[in-house]
Parts: sequence; structure tokens; C-alpha cells
Amino acid sequence: MTTTLTPPELRPAASPIANSLTAGKLPQGAPWMMLGASLLVAAGVFGVVAAGNGSEFNWVGTLVVGAILYIVAIWLFSRIVEGSRRATDRFVTALVTGAFVLAMIPLVSLAITVVTFGLARFDAEFFTSSMRNVTGEGGGALHAIVGTLLMTGTAALISIPIGLMTSIYLVEYGRGRLAQGITFLVDVMTGIPSIVAGLFAYALFAIFWGPGTRTGIAGAVALTVLMIPVVVRSSEEMLKLVPNELREAAYALGVPKWLTIVKVVLPTAIAGITTGIMLAIARVIGETAPLLIAAGFTQSMNYNLFEGRMSSLPVFVYTQYANQGNPPEAYLDRAWAAALTLILIVMALNLIARLVARFFAPKLGR
Amino acid sequence: MSKRIEVRDLNVYYSKFLAVEGVSLEIEPRSVTAFIGPSGCGKSTFLRTLNRMHEVIPGARVEGEVLIDGNNLYDADVDPVLVRRQVGMVFQRPNPFPTMSIKENVLAGVKLNNKRISKSDADALVEKSLQGANLWNEVKDRLDRPGSSLSGGQQQRLCIARAIAVSPEVILMDEPCSALDPISTLAIEDLIEELKQDYTIVIVTHNMQQASRVSDRTAFFNIAGTGKPGKLIEYDDTTTIFSNPSVKATEDYVSGRFG
Repeated sequence: MTTTLTPPELRPAASPIANSLTAGKLPQGAPWMMLGASLLVAAGVFGVVAAGNGSEFNWVGTLVVGAILYIVAIWLFSRIVEGSRRATDRFVTALVTGAFVLAMIPLVSLAITVVTFGLARFDAEFFTSSMRNVTGEGGGALHAIVGTLLMTGTAALISIPIGLMTSIYLVEYGRGRLAQGITFLVDVMTGIPSIVAGLFAYALFAIFWGPGTRTGIAGAVALTVLMIPVVVRSSEEMLKLVPNELREAAYALGVPKWLTIVKVVLPTAIAGITTGIMLAIARVIGETAPLLIAAGFTQSMNYNLFEGRMSSLPVFVYTQYANQGNPPEAYLDRAWAAALTLILIVMALNLIARLVARFFAPKLGR
Repeated sequence: MSKRIEVRDLNVYYSKFLAVEGVSLEIEPRSVTAFIGPSGCGKSTFLRTLNRMHEVIPGARVEGEVLIDGNNLYDADVDPVLVRRQVGMVFQRPNPFPTMSIKENVLAGVKLNNKRISKSDADALVEKSLQGANLWNEVKDRLDRPGSSLSGGQQQRLCIARAIAVSPEVILMDEPCSALDPISTLAIEDLIEELKQDYTIVIVTHNMQQASRVSDRTAFFNIAGTGKPGKLIEYDDTTTIFSNPSVKATEDYVSGRFG
């Protein structure tokens, strides 16, 4: 019996069949090249204008016109090559990126300005001396730094427990009218102008110690009024995020409600709560008006919250700027240096908040 | 270490809505009882009344009596916390505490109640509970890893270990396998079989095969329509329910001819 082996059928040579899933696509670097070209065109136009009437070259105009040119160009080219869906995508991407850049401009410009002006007096003397008996050059802001830390710290000490417990009440216990009322009042308090908080604290202390009383503790109370609603709202949101399953799991193990809150709910939410508290501190540490009214200002060191006026960094900036002496540069330099110090303190607080959040965050994954 | 449950004419309300009506049944110690029935018929609600977990939902209340070895759970002076220490619960979705390690999760019932426990006792309890939940061999080398690093099936067994670590008399399981794959389901069913030696177990399940595999007695719940209360239709030995039920609705449901 013979078997004939049929040779395997030869496949037809792979002919280039058009893949129906492909679509036109702009090359990788095209958007960047288009951006460069748009800017060049704009620069050319403004260069010609500048050369024509002898005026200065218009940088802002170049950037704005270049950006608009780019948005139009990328939309047009993408529409031709890639079709309308991708064109819309590129158009919106360009708009969103533009909005981001626009939002960054004031931020970056502010940081650069404060650093350049602030560095002039950012020296050892600034951090080791007060303004007592200083006219003109020299002097420092130690009294203001100490005042800011003391008053903000006291405000935090008062408002964190109150705020946290309020939010725990609202999330875990509050039902019906009372909870609704508290939520409403907290919302209203969030919108209180800071000067009103200052007047409240001033009036409160004037009742007991007579009008004209300005002390550190009054400033701290004013800051507390501003801080509590922020702490309540942020902690409330964080506590709401804790899944109910975890509470039920704890209840099912026979854990009482208060221990469930202390040992399950709070640890789960602690990272978010810490961030919220740090943001609340950052919000009040830069308050000027309420401290000007409630704590006043002074040129001397004052470590006592309950006796005498107390300076703070924002008020220090304000007074240095408002009451310039001779030479005015010395006063302005001190104001800028104090502003820089304040920004650095807020930055440090935010960094700490991030570290704490990372440290305490619920451990996920392997 | 296990107790008899007796339910007498129990109605469960959510505010004014009557969710479960007129349930009476008896659950023997050291047995597995399965609750089956269509979704929304009140099985889970009824299960949660057995350790007063339904009270977590605002507006939920109960009429009637639940007796555990003759003690009524709904007497005026009863502390729901003490009830839950005797009647443990395992939930549908595994829910280990995310801030705690595997070991801390097992010890959660002890630690969260601020009880002092020596390190050797704690280690012994962790090993005993994890072995009881068939999880010891898989996790003994990584007890300090977070509980959420385990797979879904392991997490569910961790939750069972956590529940038996407080040595309850009764364990309630609310669809413990519905989020798990068949292998993990098998592991948990084997575990239920073992736990039966020591505990009274009540399990809610949508899986009829599971009910017939693991349970000694089965209760069929049904609901007449949306907005109507769920009722206990039939309660009998599992073999009877699945082979020779006395009510037509039960037969239709277990044979898949429902509705």
C-alpha cells in the first residue's frame, strides 16, 4: 500500500491587507513641533511690529498669540489627519493644559517674588532678635514667629478636639434636627469673614477684662472660631469614607460602639483627618485681621499668652509695610523676609501632613 | 460550647415597613442550619436579628422573642454588646480591618475590647484560631503582613478565624461564599463541617447545592411580592426540603421552577 504524500498547501504570500482598525495618527513629536512653530510665528509677527515702530518686544503677546495659534493648528491638523474625535481630544487637552499653565503663573511668580525679596533679610539676626528699640535697619521677627506659633498652636489645641468630636458626633451619633442644625451652623461658620471672628474674640475678652484688652489668648480664640468649622468638615468627610462593613465587623465581635470608633474608625481615617487638620492650620496661620484686632501688635518678645499684646507674622508684615520708617527699604525687607518665613512654615506643615498621611495610611497590597 | 436558638413569632420592622413576619423556628446546638430563598425575602434581615446586628440600621426594630438557651435577646436589660460576644458573625464580603496585620486581625476581638492578654496566650490563640479556620499553614510565615494582602478566600477565612477567636456559642454566616471562587468555597464548606463539632452555625446562602451539602436543616423563606413582608415558608431536615418538601413553593424553588 502506497501512500502519496501531498505536499502541504502553500499559503498565499501575505498580501498587505488593510487593517480596518487603524486610523491616521499624527507623528510622535508633532504637537511639540507645532507648539514651537506657533511660538516662532507669533515671535516673528511681534518682532516685525517691534522693529517697525521701535517699541519693546512684546513677550506676553507672543506667548498668548502663540498659544492660540497652537490650539487652532493642532485642532486643524488633527482633524485633517486623524478625524474629528481625536481632533476634539487634542483641542480639549490643549485647553486644559493651558488652564493649568495659567493657574501656575501667579503661583510661581509669587513664590519667586517672595524668595527674591525675602532673602535680603533672611539672616541669623532676623531669627534671633525682636524689634524692641530698633529703628531703621537691623531687628528681627523672633517675637512675631513665637507669637504665631504660640497662638496658632493654642488655637489648634482648642479646636482639634472640639472639631474632631463634633464630626464624630455628626457621623456616628447625630440623627435628626440637632445634627442637621449643627451641620448648617458649621457651614455658616465656614463662611464667616475672619474680621468678624476677630471682633468676636475682642468683644468676648472686653466683657471680662474691659475694653482695649488685647492678649495672645484672645487671638487664639479668634483663630479657633475660624478653625473649628474647617476641622469639622474635613474630618466629617473622612469619617464618612470609612466603610460601614468595618464598623459592623467590630460590632459583630462584641466591641462596644465607642471602642469601635476609637480603635477602628479613627485609625482607618487618621491619614485624611491629619491632612484636614494641617490644612486648617495652614488656613489660620496666615490670618491678619482677627489677630490685629484681638492680639494687637508689639515690638517686644512676649511668651505669655495671657498678658499683654502679642505679635504674629502676618501682622508683623502688615505693620512693617504700613508704618515704614527711615530708611524704608529696611522695613520692606523685613516684611518680605517675614512673608517668606510664613510661607516656609506653611510648607513645612504641609510636608509633615503628607508624611503623617503616608505613615498612618491603611496598609494595602502585598 | 454551643447553644440552642429558639425564635418565637418574630416580626422585624424597618421603621414602619414590616420586613419579616411571624417567624418561629428552633435551631439545635452543634448543627448547621441553612436559610434559602429569593433575594429580598428577609433571610439576611432575620439572620441579623439573631445577634441584634439589625439595630445598626436606624429605625430597625423587632417584635417577638429570640431565646438563646432560654435567655431572651430582646429583654429590656439585655446589652447587645454581650449578645454579640456570644453570637459571632461572618459577612458576605470579607472585611478584615485594613489598619491591622493578620495577627492583629485575629486578636481584634480581644484587643478592641481592651482586654489584657499575655504574648504567649496571644500567640497560642492566633495559632488555634487560624488553624480552626484552615488558614494557619498559608499565613504562618507572614503574620505581620496586612490582612488586606491576602486573597479574597483567605480574607474570608481570616474573618472566620477572627470570629472564632472570641469563642462565641453561635456563628452566623451571611452568604460567606458569594464573593469567592469554587476552591475557596470548598475550603470554607469543609471548615463549616469542622466547626459544626463545636458551634451552632446558621448560614444564609443563595447556592442550593451549598445548602444541601453543608446543612442539617434548611429554612425556606419567601416573599409574596415587593412591599410585602418575607415569611418562613418551610423549615425541615435538609434532605426532606430538597427531596420531598411539603409546600409547593419550596419544591418549585429548590427545583429551579420558581416564578
